[in-house]
Amino acid sequence: MINYLTYLTTIFNDASEPWQLGFQDSAAPGFTGIVTLHNTIGFYLIVISFSVFWVIMSVIYYYSSSKNPIAYKYLTHGTVLELVWTITPALILIAIAFPSFRLLYLMDEVISPTLTIKVVGHQWYWSYEYSDFITDSGDSIDFDSYMIPESDLELGQFRLLDVDNRLIVPVDCHIRLIITGSDVLHSFAVPSLGLKLDAVPGRLNQVSFLAERSGTFYGQCSEICGVWHGFMPIVVEAVSSPDFIVWLDSAS
Amino acid sequence: MSEVSSKYVLQTVGFDARFPNTNQTRNCFQNYTDYFKCISAKGEDYAPCKQFKKAYHSLCPNEWISKFDDQRDNGTFPASLEP
Repeated sequence: MINYLTYLTTIFNDASEPWQLGFQDSAAPGFTGIVTLHNTIGFYLIVISFSVFWVIMSVIYYYSSSKNPIAYKYLTHGTVLELVWTITPALILIAIAFPSFRLLYLMDEVISPTLTIKVVGHQWYWSYEYSDFITDSGDSIDFDSYMIPESDLELGQFRLLDVDNRLIVPVDCHIRLIITGSDVLHSFAVPSLGLKLDAVPGRLNQVSFLAERSGTFYGQCSEICGVWHGFMPIVVEAVSSPDFIVWLDSAS
Repeated sequence: MSEVSSKYVLQTVGFDARFPNTNQTRNCFQNYTDYFKCISAKGEDYAPCKQFKKAYHSLCPNEWISKFDDQRDNGTFPASLEP
């Protein structure tokens, strides 16, 4: 019975893997939207490629002195053809633009967040600040998140991806991230949550996300920021809200 | 689900129609200045001022807050804090 259940258990792909070509599994509505948009546009890509190559191949095949000796006589003008090849691309562009803008503005929306977390990129680590819960003494919860070096890795941990202190978030809560840099440009990116936003010194960027399931999501700095750019990964751990409260109590 | 009691409430500053964009730099700065304007007009114990304090603590990186505090102490803060 237990074996039977393990077959049913889904294992989500929340970290990058060697030679990966496709997307990681989605854990946020935003990323599901991105994947859907990618698939929609991919469909248009196939339709356009087929029709363009079909036209090119037909021209190559039929425009020949042996098969069609006076073809040039009919190739001077064609109003219907010109109308078709002008209007069709316009319609295709509209069909791509509408879902694209819809998704863009949906993802821009910060829907009454329950939690604000400040993310600061440093050379070369991330630091996180939870300042919604400021105590009377004025302390906020903040910590640095460094990559675990290869020599300290334990069995099952990811090389170049695991960190000592993870960013803990509650599931099913709208979370606002305020992202900034303290020295040079960095970029905070977590594919499974559909996040990628530059960390710019002197500027605060805002992005919102919602984790739909608990899990551990891996990402990396995505803006070249110096020699150890590849060694400042991001780990987001989504836990249930009661567990999050317990963690908050222990972290402060 | 068992009840979890905590001294913390999951609550943060809401959407502000003055800052609808990704760039929230001014949101942080405005709430910081508003707080100190508020307390210099109404005094430190005036409860409505606390909202500004909560907001700038949620939005401004701690490094920025300490820099702003230093600038206020030195009189080099780049905005008027008079009410």
